[in-house]
Amino acid sequence: MNMVLPSAISATPNGTTRPQVRIVIVGHVDHGKSTLVGRLLHETGSLPDGKLEMLKAVSARRGMPFEWSFLLDALQTERDQGITIDTTQIRFRTRSRDVVLIDAPGHAEFLRNMITGASQADGAVLIIDALEGVRDQTRRHGYLLHLLGIKQVAVVVNKMDRVDFSAERFGEISDEISAHLTGLGVKPSAVIPISARDGDGVAAHTPRIGWYKGPSVVEALDALEPARPAETLPLRLPVQAIYKFDDRRIVAGRIESGSLKAGDEIVIMPAGKIARIKTVESWPVTPLQGPQTAGRSVGITLDRELFIERGDVIGHVGQSPRDTRRIHARIFWLHDKPLSKGDQILIRLGTRETRASVVAIDKAVDPGALSNEETNSIARNHVGEIDISLAQPIAADPYHESPRTGRLVIEVNGRIAGGGLVLSVDAGQRAVPVDIVPVESALRADERAARYRHGGAVLWFTGLPGSGKSTLALALERRLFTNGGSPILLDGDTLRAGLNSDLGFSHADRSENIRRLAEVATHLARNGHIAIVAAVSPAASDRAAARRIADSAFREIYVATPAEICESRDPKGHYAKARAGGLPSFTGITNDYEPPAGNELTIDTSSRTVADAVDEIERMLAQTGILFEEVADLAANI
Amino acid sequence: MHLLDNESGTARLRSSEPRQGIKASRKILVEAPATVPSMDHLDELEAQSIYILREAFARLKKLALLWSLGKDSNVMIWLARKAFFGRVPFPALHVDTGKKFPEMYAFRDQYAKEWDIDLRVERCPPIDSVDPTLPPAARSAARKTEGLKLALVKHGFDGLIAGIRRDEEATRAKERVFSPRGLEGEWDVRDQPPEFWDHFNASPPQGAHLRIHPILHWTEADIWAYTRRENIPIIPLYLAKDGKRYRSLGDADITFPVASTASDIDEILAELEDTKVPERAGRALDHETEDAFERLRVAGYL
Repeated sequence: MNMVLPSAISATPNGTTRPQVRIVIVGHVDHGKSTLVGRLLHETGSLPDGKLEMLKAVSARRGMPFEWSFLLDALQTERDQGITIDTTQIRFRTRSRDVVLIDAPGHAEFLRNMITGASQADGAVLIIDALEGVRDQTRRHGYLLHLLGIKQVAVVVNKMDRVDFSAERFGEISDEISAHLTGLGVKPSAVIPISARDGDGVAAHTPRIGWYKGPSVVEALDALEPARPAETLPLRLPVQAIYKFDDRRIVAGRIESGSLKAGDEIVIMPAGKIARIKTVESWPVTPLQGPQTAGRSVGITLDRELFIERGDVIGHVGQSPRDTRRIHARIFWLHDKPLSKGDQILIRLGTRETRASVVAIDKAVDPGALSNEETNSIARNHVGEIDISLAQPIAADPYHESPRTGRLVIEVNGRIAGGGLVLSVDAGQRAVPVDIVPVESALRADERAARYRHGGAVLWFTGLPGSGKSTLALALERRLFTNGGSPILLDGDTLRAGLNSDLGFSHADRSENIRRLAEVATHLARNGHIAIVAAVSPAASDRAAARRIADSAFREIYVATPAEICESRDPKGHYAKARAGGLPSFTGITNDYEPPAGNELTIDTSSRTVADAVDEIERMLAQTGILFEEVADLAANI
Repeated sequence: MHLLDNESGTARLRSSEPRQGIKASRKILVEAPATVPSMDHLDELEAQSIYILREAFARLKKLALLWSLGKDSNVMIWLARKAFFGRVPFPALHVDTGKKFPEMYAFRDQYAKEWDIDLRVERCPPIDSVDPTLPPAARSAARKTEGLKLALVKHGFDGLIAGIRRDEEATRAKERVFSPRGLEGEWDVRDQPPEFWDHFNASPPQGAHLRIHPILHWTEADIWAYTRRENIPIIPLYLAKDGKRYRSLGDADITFPVASTASDIDEILAELEDTKVPERAGRALDHETEDAFERLRVAGYL
């Protein structure tokens, strides 16, 4: 026998127009959530035939009195523990709603499961035992409903049979919980006296609660509104990915709010670059005309080539999100180790992921406790307000302005450890979008290619100092030029003397150095030149960033000359200086070079002539479509 | 090919012939309505599933989609083609017990080709290698789990996209969208990370993998309504013949048809309205002992 949930009743009617609402029932452990759910299924006629009888038979066989909660205790582990341990989803119908019920566990151990369940809900029922009254988990769950952004909350005071259906006792609890929720900005839609076990107040008003004039639980559920995508708010399209499966460069993501259509002028944050939507792509029909609204997963193409990547947020000009490196947020914390000032964390906001550090902690409290005693770190299952400093600028909104791009999660060791609402953002230097409209060249790519007999490319030579990058780059430059091409050398050290003279050798400065080299090289490549970059570029992540910028024009050549040979060559005298202690962060001796994987070519200059190596590079460029053997090949490559 | 209006008012391409790829179907201009109505239920499900598939593709290195050939995984493949504009950019893995219905193999071979799927078929190990203490049908399913483990080792996938749904079966209701598995593929139902606001835990420990469940929030009726709307091909075994049809397809020797007269998808949907028989009623492995299914899932079954 298998205790399947009543999946059969989950069938939604063909072409239904009944709104579907997702609700969560929360509250202190043992206050009767599972009993209420079992009773609701029964009262709404949602149980499969024979299910009730079967469960009663199982109870009898086990020598236990029947409990409504058995309906939900579908896992043997749950029955063994006597508590519900996770989110299950079951469905029933009220007069005008299809209700999806997400049961969230009340045990403090399982707060992460309660949050997982409740975060999917349109509305919540907070259940309180009439005898026990408001408990710590009642308050904690109330607080989390507020932090999860759930506005529709009905309170039920259960087990009224245990207090002789006392209107006075009901009034006490109603006043206490209403004050708590109102203080959080959550106004309960109803406070209902019930006995889930006997059925009073669940679907019907019984004489025992004759003094109560408000809605029953079923009526309260029937009044819930499904959460609607925020079509009326400004456009927010967090970029999930850029796809180049064919000749289209599609920016993919889900519209979190607002709407977009082809022709719209958009701004890409945090960089603030402006572009126009060329097409809205789809499958099997494409392109799509007309506006696409919040909630849809879309793909768009832009009218110009801009560097755009996962994590950027697209908005409309004049209504874009902020660009910020600093966020103030109200969060809940689920990790065993308390969150403290100075902690290094990973932030996810929209599709952006960035390292961050906790600059300050404020108002850290146990939301379940009566006294709001503040501490200087946020313990597990507690809440607090934090200031976060981000390693890179991101696009964000305050929660009250744009909920979907105004909330974040915190990850520790690859696991979600907390989350919360953005209360405010400190706008960075580019809070006002910069209208950079790149001027297109007068020449077409094929015109240049016809003259040079090659397409644009970024050739990236990476390797240890002294490995032979510059030697190869110079020889290749000469070879390409002799053959009528347009090579341009970008030497890392040469650029450091000018364009990059403000940069040192810290990790951040090295990354910025690489980014600028890549941007300049990519600009040259887009204009048909072969940009030859010779740069140690020891960090794989920096080279990956360069590849993202240059995109399909990128060709990485690893000059893999053995380290001892590089040091023996020492063309610039750096190794000698470093060994003498004069160059503390010199890559040749600090062993911080990360060899590439997936590079287009590897060359060891210790065992071959320069001319031979240049031949091989030329072959690679021909094979990967940069150099054309014949003018006739042009047609195939443009 | 012809164009039809659907309920949502958005014109969609319908075709009796499945299309080869994106090239064939591009540049077809469609008359757009002046105002686009809000999304309907199926639109919402589709958008959410596409979001999940794109997150999986962005965050994992080596993905595969588990293609069981049933109605759910066919919808999943369709959703992947929508998410990635006509192509499925990762392999479809069929862990083959060798005991599927002939109609299922025919379907696989036809549509792997027509949909340009990178199909990888992995055979399961012999039954002798599987835990003999399990009841017979569960042992048969456990063999599939072993086949899956072997395929994981062979290909080194770090993410497996699976077409399970919360409404199918109680233990599946406990699942996360991104569900981490242990080094042996096992599922620790008590220690699942929190998952909210569509932020997913996508960092499996070294050597372990993630299950990704893009249609977890769909129901059986949703699958059929979407299959009808999108004109997705189905295996004929789902339609009634001689008063019986299959609601769920598994190995031929442990899967049984249910009584039904539903001869098309409209009739299936009408039938689902009224029935109180669970979807997996015809799957023997669910019914042998109370905890057989959970034991299988903890060990890595889908």
